[in-house]
Amino acid sequence: MEQSTESVQVTIPPNKGMVSDWASDQKAFKGVPWGKAMMWIFLVSDTFVFSIFLISYMTVRFSTKAEWPNPSEVFALHVGHVSVPLLLIAIMTFILITSSGTMALAVKYGYEKNRKKCAILMFATAVFGASFVGMQAFEWTKLIMEGVRPWENPFGAPQFGSIFFMVTGFHGTHVTIGVIFLFIMARKAWRGDFDTGRRGFFTSQKSNYEAVEIMGLYWHFVDLVWVFIFAFFYLW
Amino acid sequence: MAEGTQQHPLKIYFFVWTLLFVLSAFSYGVDYLQFEGYLRWSLIILFMLLKAGFICAIFMHMFWERLPIIFAILCPCCAILVFVFIMWNESYYTLLIRKLFFMITGS
Repeated sequence: MEQSTESVQVTIPPNKGMVSDWASDQKAFKGVPWGKAMMWIFLVSDTFVFSIFLISYMTVRFSTKAEWPNPSEVFALHVGHVSVPLLLIAIMTFILITSSGTMALAVKYGYEKNRKKCAILMFATAVFGASFVGMQAFEWTKLIMEGVRPWENPFGAPQFGSIFFMVTGFHGTHVTIGVIFLFIMARKAWRGDFDTGRRGFFTSQKSNYEAVEIMGLYWHFVDLVWVFIFAFFYLW
Repeated sequence: MAEGTQQHPLKIYFFVWTLLFVLSAFSYGVDYLQFEGYLRWSLIILFMLLKAGFICAIFMHMFWERLPIIFAILCPCCAILVFVFIMWNESYYTLLIRKLFFMITGS
């Protein structure tokens, strides 16, 4: 296909080939680099992990006799004298979406082999992610000071604490790992590793811009999981 | 073009980005305006699925993938719904047993 620099081309949805690709020789996922396919497989397995957390949350919430604490009140913040429900959580949600947007643009500029924009946008994504983790640390501190423990809390059903720490903790770990990788990838992009095909320190594979898209998949997944946690844990 | 490269106009990213902000504001609004009951739950699910769908389709580029990989990703996830259904029933059974136990022991 001819590559034009003037007008950006849109790929026509190639959403076809269900039977022919699966039945074809050697390769079922045509046009998908192996690293991307592996990341998708990892994300599917991670989806299962988070679903099991959320399903266990549903199970304990439905089966407890004690009143479930109202997250709207538990996570409220005081601004002056007014108590605003879920304020910090809302800010965290917007920050994660902002970071998802910058990551999507980083992937776009990665496709176009625009080294500087790609690196700067990934760096911005990492900074947003780090601020998200910081706010989560603040939230944990606040709740621990109020007496929330994995086995008890002053608001109601004791299962609330264990689910809160487990689900947000596991998600926070994912964000933290993502931030570390984003900083590494931003540095690689900035140094021009993806243009020169410099071999990676750990894998000794040649670097290229596919890595940016794979990083993007992971980061968007972290945002995707937060969408579900926000809906089921904080809003329900 | 190299294998697997895609190019999309900036416009679509900014459109989805804005849309995600608006949908998040709506889902926060559900809590802020204190909607209750089925209205609350259906709105939460609706905004959640829309957000998840747009992130998956546009930001993760699933919309532009070929069907085999889309199915390889989405089909296993249907198993989760089965598990949700099983545990949903199980939790009501646990609650029933608990209530009976507390009634008999008087605690």
